[in-house]
Amino acid sequence: MLEIKSLCASINGTEILKGLNLSIKAGEVHAIMGPNGTGKSTLASVLAGKEDYEVTSGEISFDGKNLLELSVEDRAREGVFLAFQYPVEIPGVSNVNFLKTAMNEIREHRGLPALSAKEFLTLVKEKSALVELDASLASRAVNEGFSGGEKKRNEIFQMAMLEPKLAILDETDSGLDIDALRTVAQGVNTLKTGQNATLVITHYQRLLEYIVPDFVHVLFDGRIVKTGGKELALELEDKGYDWVKA
Amino acid sequence: MAGYTENELAEDLNKQEYRYGFVSDIASEVVPAGLDENVIRWISEKKQEPEWLLDFRLKAFAIWQSMKEPEWAHVAYQKPDFQAISYYAAPKQRKKYESWDDVDPEMKETMTKLGISLEEQQRLTGVAVDFVMDSVSVGTSFKAKLAELGIVFCSFSEAVQEHPDLVKKYLGTVVPMTDNYYSALNSAVFSDGSFCYIPKGVRCPMELSTYFRINAGGTGQFERTLVVADEDSYVSYLEGCTAPQRDENQLHAAVVELVSLARAEIKYSTVQNWYPGDKEGKGGVFNFVTKRGLCETQSKISWTQVETGSAVTWKYPSCILKGDHSVGEFYSVAVTNNFQQADTGTKMIHLGKNTKSTIISKGISAGNSQNSYRGLVQIHAQAENARNFSQCDSLLMGSECGAHTFPYIECKNAGAQIEHEATTSKIGEDQLFYCQQRGISEEKAISLIVNGYCKEVLNQLPMEFAVEAQKLLSISLEGSVG
Repeated sequence: MLEIKSLCASINGTEILKGLNLSIKAGEVHAIMGPNGTGKSTLASVLAGKEDYEVTSGEISFDGKNLLELSVEDRAREGVFLAFQYPVEIPGVSNVNFLKTAMNEIREHRGLPALSAKEFLTLVKEKSALVELDASLASRAVNEGFSGGEKKRNEIFQMAMLEPKLAILDETDSGLDIDALRTVAQGVNTLKTGQNATLVITHYQRLLEYIVPDFVHVLFDGRIVKTGGKELALELEDKGYDWVKA
Repeated sequence: MAGYTENELAEDLNKQEYRYGFVSDIASEVVPAGLDENVIRWISEKKQEPEWLLDFRLKAFAIWQSMKEPEWAHVAYQKPDFQAISYYAAPKQRKKYESWDDVDPEMKETMTKLGISLEEQQRLTGVAVDFVMDSVSVGTSFKAKLAELGIVFCSFSEAVQEHPDLVKKYLGTVVPMTDNYYSALNSAVFSDGSFCYIPKGVRCPMELSTYFRINAGGTGQFERTLVVADEDSYVSYLEGCTAPQRDENQLHAAVVELVSLARAEIKYSTVQNWYPGDKEGKGGVFNFVTKRGLCETQSKISWTQVETGSAVTWKYPSCILKGDHSVGEFYSVAVTNNFQQADTGTKMIHLGKNTKSTIISKGISAGNSQNSYRGLVQIHAQAENARNFSQCDSLLMGSECGAHTFPYIECKNAGAQIEHEATTSKIGEDQLFYCQQRGISEEKAISLIVNGYCKEVLNQLPMEFAVEAQKLLSISLEGSVG
């Protein structure tokens, strides 16, 4: 589904990713771990198409398409979803209105008719229950006045609504208490099918107790330096990152 | 009557044709450019006005001649040459489109987006048909329905003929001709406008609306609106403005007077979309308008405006809270793009006891534009227990535009309560990226964010108007985030 080859990317002239390779197939869950400042969030931003980052060389193909040629919104419409580490607030725009706009744009891109109000609201009800998102949050402005936990739940709620092929969770565990973490993970697991894939970016092994990865990659200095199964996460937790740096 | 629903109104509005009072006469009867007493007498005679109104005009003209054009607003423009303007419905003498194909495609596109039909578009651009629209058009198709309730809603000229007592009683009582340079000019030369009277205890069952258009080149537009809500009555009044694209600047100097008698309520909504000039700042309408309302005891006036057009705007819809317990409200969205300049805001004059005013102003600047909020909250000594809440927010898009706030507060009563909140923000790249990452295009994302920002004001507009306003906001800001 996703094929990254020798990816190099920089921001303001500083090279962050230095020849990264990664291959993700449908139905798989991959975790990327690594210390601060090694390029984890850069990878997420580059995949989503954030302008600040310049891809200097390498290739990314997504479902056979050259991802780097697509605009941010087209990547999203093709099925790339980024659960943000710091979701922004959009005052005055209700969550429901925001999602409806997004869904209909995506559906239009895929040649599907717009959802009726009834279909949409049924979906909202069903999916918000999945992440135990308070129903009142759906009608409030996007992320405005949400607690840290509510913002993260809202990200997963949006993911549930938009049903992406590739979901990238950027430090979704940060700022979550253990109950919220469990709920969020539960949501992600429920959404898992044989057709979609998940890329979990995290510092800690903790989240991976709940979202069990098929592969764990260690990112260090812009490259993946080690790849293993879920046990690699435990090993890292035990030995620390100095172990892979060596 | 009672069963008249909003849908029916919308349908009626769709079917209704604008009526252009003087269309048939116009081709032959043109007053040459320039302004002197003879022109004023000519206009007055043409309209078969009574003596008192001619006197009113001449007096205003004398006052105007002694006045100077104001310069305190935060706008820069080439002052109009008042002798180069025709003051009564001139046909186009300048550039004329040879065929529909000559019309700027960008303008055609804009009109299509506004939902104006092709036929309407062709009329607006003055192609083929020598259809010279006068400066004023008044839609008065529900006259019979309204008459049942004793409501008068007609063009100003008609009101002068048919309800001279009402016009004479209230004309110039809220905005005296001496008020300012442009109100004096308007009082001297106004061509037409709208008049509305709601009798005692009547709740007007539908929104009354007027559409203003400047069409002929080389003309100024000076309309006069007078709305009188008698005791215990209610009316919601809508005003829409559009003008076709022209290279020269056109002057629009209107006066709107509202009188809200005891326990009456007037809700006055405007969606102003005069031609703003092109991307280089050439052409566009100078919108120098005086709007003011007078509130008697326990009455209320609420101004809502969405300003997206005009090259230069200079406009302060105000409330004089004369009666005890009267309420004034001002909700405004002012958008400027390219080289537009807007200096707009309100005045809340608290004279009565327990008077209350609310000001919500949302400015959006993009391109190279300058957007200023200028407001006055004045609490007089006798205005015991007066309260005001003001909120002025500015949103900047890009780095070449400017937002300015000039709030004036004059308080002569120690018991008054005045609150002022102001914020300035930029449309965040982060907000845009967030929307786009969810599959929303940049243009839609901007529209979503801006509409969210203006929500408190848009919520004040009647339904159909709110939809139009939202569309306008998106069109005005198209391509403004680079």
